[in-house]
Amino acid sequence: MAMLLSDPFDALFNFQQALDAFRTSGWLGAGPSGGGAYPPLNVFRKGDDIVIITEVPGVRKEDLQVQVKGNTIRIAGRKSVQYGEQASVHRRERMAGSFDRAVSVPVEIDGDKVRAECRDGILALYLSRAERDKPKSIAIS
Amino acid sequence: MAKSQALEVQEKKELVSKEEKTVPARYFVPNTDIFETEDALIVVMEIPGVAKEDIAIDLENDALRVEAKIDHGHYDGLEPLYTEYNVGHFARAFSLSSKIDRQQISAELADGILTLTLKKAKEAMPRRIAIV
Repeated sequence: MAMLLSDPFDALFNFQQALDAFRTSGWLGAGPSGGGAYPPLNVFRKGDDIVIITEVPGVRKEDLQVQVKGNTIRIAGRKSVQYGEQASVHRRERMAGSFDRAVSVPVEIDGDKVRAECRDGILALYLSRAERDKPKSIAIS
Repeated sequence: MAKSQALEVQEKKELVSKEEKTVPARYFVPNTDIFETEDALIVVMEIPGVAKEDIAIDLENDALRVEAKIDHGHYDGLEPLYTEYNVGHFARAFSLSSKIDRQQISAELADGILTLTLKKAKEAMPRRIAIV
């Protein structure tokens, strides 16, 4: 089975299945400072670190604000949708508005090492787990 | 639309297409705005995570087809802990009612937004008729 899973054509499909499987995960408790549910987040683990990825198409980097305090991350911003003047609209599916969301991750974060990247409408936050929070291996004597 | 309006999550729509893809991966339908100006039809699509070189735009027999592929290699080594949306390629097709000048289609990608400007063909432009 492991051989089958490594098939590159199935890689995306398997990844999609994996993403669906974690839809009901209770890993991320709702933050106390709540806010809205936009933008939707996916949270991943990469080694000891946490990566939060979210889709924010149409939000410019300068309209995006990311703050970290303790283990709470706040993502706020504004998305605007513009139509040219004298344009008649055929179809309108994109939404505009502001958003403000805070989530708390159940691990300790090193606030100084948080890195945010925004490219092609995807915002990725790399959170490093605080050194003192990392699990230690205990040598068995 | 009020500026202060709070954004709501739009659940991604999965593509239900007549033809099936040979690869089992799921496709999504990008949220799209279409508007018309005097000389062009403008199509704006949200395709977060797609690089410029992975977009295919096709106009054939008045059918506009856009396929945008994400690079899921970015997710290598990431283990999901909690998810609220799924990721996948995007595809959408529209049949156009107005005549388009094929030579003058331009596309632009910024912040995950693809903007297609389809210039109307000369004969389809509104013409003012002078009354003599």
